[in-house]
Amino acid sequence: MKQEFKASINRALNDANLTGALGKFSEAYKVNRTKAYEGIDFEELRGRIAEAKSAAACHLDEVAETFRKNAEALGAKVFRTRDPEEVKQYILKVARDNGVNNVVKSKSMATEEIHLNQALLKEGISVAETDLGEWIIQLAGQTPSHMVMPAIHMTKEEVADIFSKEVNERLDTDIPRLVKVARNELRPKFLAADMGISGANIAVAETGSIVLVTNEGNARLVTTLPRVHVALIGVEKLVEKFETVVPILDALPRSATAQLLTSYVSIITGPTPNDDGSMKELHIILMDNQRSEMAKDPKFKQALQCIRCGSCLNVCPIFRLVGGHVFGKVYTGGIGTILTAWFDELKKSEDIQGLCIQCGNCTQVCPGKLDIPEMIMEIRRRLVLEKGQPLVQKAIFSVVNNRKLFHGMLRAASVVGKPFTSGKFIRHLPLFLSDLTDGRSLPAIADKPFRDIYAGIEQPKGKEKAVFYAGCLIDFAYPETGVALVKLLNKAGIEVAFPEEQTCCGAPALYSGAYEVAAQNAADNIEALLQQDAQYVVSACPTCTVALAHEFAKTLEAVGRTEWLDKARKLAEKTVDLSTLVKRLVDEGRLSFQEGEQLGKITYHDSCHLKRTLKVSEQPRELLQQAGYELEEMFECDMCCGMGGSYSMKLPEISAPILKRKLKNIKDTGASLVAMDCPGCVLQISGGFDQDGAPVRVKHTAELLADRLKG
Amino acid sequence: MYEQFKARAVGVGAEVHRVATCSDAVEFVLSFLKQEGVCERPGSYAVWAKGPFLDAVGQGPLAGVPGLGFEVTRERAAQAKVGISDMSFAVADTGSLVQDQAAPDQRLASALTAIHIALVPSGNIVADKGALFTRITPKNSRYIAFITGPSRTADIERVLTIGVHGPERLIVLFVDELGGEKK
Repeated sequence: MKQEFKASINRALNDANLTGALGKFSEAYKVNRTKAYEGIDFEELRGRIAEAKSAAACHLDEVAETFRKNAEALGAKVFRTRDPEEVKQYILKVARDNGVNNVVKSKSMATEEIHLNQALLKEGISVAETDLGEWIIQLAGQTPSHMVMPAIHMTKEEVADIFSKEVNERLDTDIPRLVKVARNELRPKFLAADMGISGANIAVAETGSIVLVTNEGNARLVTTLPRVHVALIGVEKLVEKFETVVPILDALPRSATAQLLTSYVSIITGPTPNDDGSMKELHIILMDNQRSEMAKDPKFKQALQCIRCGSCLNVCPIFRLVGGHVFGKVYTGGIGTILTAWFDELKKSEDIQGLCIQCGNCTQVCPGKLDIPEMIMEIRRRLVLEKGQPLVQKAIFSVVNNRKLFHGMLRAASVVGKPFTSGKFIRHLPLFLSDLTDGRSLPAIADKPFRDIYAGIEQPKGKEKAVFYAGCLIDFAYPETGVALVKLLNKAGIEVAFPEEQTCCGAPALYSGAYEVAAQNAADNIEALLQQDAQYVVSACPTCTVALAHEFAKTLEAVGRTEWLDKARKLAEKTVDLSTLVKRLVDEGRLSFQEGEQLGKITYHDSCHLKRTLKVSEQPRELLQQAGYELEEMFECDMCCGMGGSYSMKLPEISAPILKRKLKNIKDTGASLVAMDCPGCVLQISGGFDQDGAPVRVKHTAELLADRLKG
Repeated sequence: MYEQFKARAVGVGAEVHRVATCSDAVEFVLSFLKQEGVCERPGSYAVWAKGPFLDAVGQGPLAGVPGLGFEVTRERAAQAKVGISDMSFAVADTGSLVQDQAAPDQRLASALTAIHIALVPSGNIVADKGALFTRITPKNSRYIAFITGPSRTADIERVLTIGVHGPERLIVLFVDELGGEKK
């Protein structure tokens, strides 16, 4: 990562106004969005949107041509181009032909994308942004930090300063008063403008209509007062049928600002008369700028289903810490990373793609059903293909692909780590490694790994058998979790097998874009785990479970090792996470817990992969309550803890404040015990409490359940 | 549906009233203009855009009201405190009003003024956008305008503030006598 990029992250993290405002907003957004969607089947709604937008993306050229014909038949002039430069030349020509001196704009990210304002100003044309947020950043000489709320990073004090300069009068920070200043300053510009430039939220091919969604009322003035209206539209806004307007209007305001509908929606179909009786000149520019290329790429075609609501930013644990500007000058957040990689160039996303912690929050709320984390993974993969892995990473992964060497080094680490270890934790590391223990202690490598302990546990012989996939953390740092798992399954009469040849699940390599390494890990594990004839392959690490159940096949396919796919699918079918399996055993009456004792309050932390990929959240909660605990939910129970595998090592400065928030939410419940199903989360959260000092015990669900078994 | 519309519209800051007859509506508007101090002075005008309501009652009962004009030019609308216009439909589930505003005076009267009074036939309340688009479509309406509450922004520190570029007050007046197509 470049120094400059790290510096911008640190500036953002140390900007208390920014993190304060974004933090408060993200908390309120979640509540308000839920309320706005009350009574609506969100899955059904987004299914309709995704289907309609995907259909349009499949034959973009045809749909754009239909739009052009229909809009032109109504008297609009439609210009289609792939090239942002041609867009600017076209608009300048329209301006020259019409003697335009003054332009008013309503919010358009497409114009930001091509830096239109600079082009107009260079030709001596004055440009006023009229969306309040856009006007603020225009006056401040900044760029938008959020596609819906461009000035969300600024305080009222900063706005008051900027406006004071503009009106030559000392203004105080009264927000309604500042808004009035904007109204009064911009009104004469609206009335004097000879050209209005807008974007569009939807373009409908079958009717030639454009749809504008706003709250302030500026788009109505931009499309009414100037005699020329230019609408610049990215082709991803095209839909075939007018009927698609309904689901998009149902979702866009709810997802963007938690409104049932914005104050104004305008559906413009062909030119309308001006107030002087002349007919308005309506120019509609359909801009491609790499969107067709995206549509042709099977991994990125889904990006064209985006309706630009910004909800992926609003739920992102990283965005709410660092804001938009760290991501770049135009599109920000996860979707911004993807758009930057395409509209700009792949290389431009090299640093910012690393900001995604892969927690999957955005996938739950996206009204276009985009899988942003998956697309970011694909960017990582392509970056590694293009540029190769960083040298240090390459060295590490070459070890990970050699199980004996890798495990040998882990064993050695339990000895080497000793000088830094106090109790079960490493509290400090020397020199440049010290960032890793800033705000969090690391677990000491266990004296005896699970694989050595397992050998000493006698197994019941029966007809039911489970293969245990431990994963590195349980095997070498938390063998007690593995012991608990074996105890639970043995109690239900299930024999547990532990194939020695199992190795790292490949997640660290995969999430770094090193697919070849991950694929080799996948192949080695498939081989090891399928050797035993067992009913289940069980894991107590959700990241490993996801690797076995979802990623192995995808990874092997991505690198072309298709001969492994059948076996990968066979393994996936058998794979189950611990809580799901134990819940089943309890429900079948094969396992039961001691009764009669009140164990007191517990709170539960949802791990990202368990909740959002494996869709498991109720099972561990029910089990813990059946075992005698009283469940007290924490605030944001399913928000990422900041671990994210190697994320916490690459970006410890971001991981630490996310962890801090998680610790606070846990402490606020008053529970002295927090359970979770992921050893990675255990590592992060228990390491955090070790430094925080609060007397909260952090336990894997497996251990708590095993302790409460009857008999 | 009237109650649902009213709850939604009030929820987003609109004021909702209902009268039986067109002459009740005229009385409502005239007393409102008086109360707001509408007069023949820039900044205090009222503009009334021509439409079904004026067609029904004629300009007779409104003649001689100081400051009130029926020629909605941009100059006049920009200096008007109150704009009065018809809105064809009310959408119950979002509290929205809808009209084909292809004629620019409809937009000037409802966008430039500080207060917008919308006259709506009580019989034209529809359940949702799906029902709405069976009654109005881009095939024959070039500028379909939805208005839902007053103009708003939250662009400074996410604080909701009313009245940016559009009206800061939206007054919805349902008129039973205007009827509307019955469902």
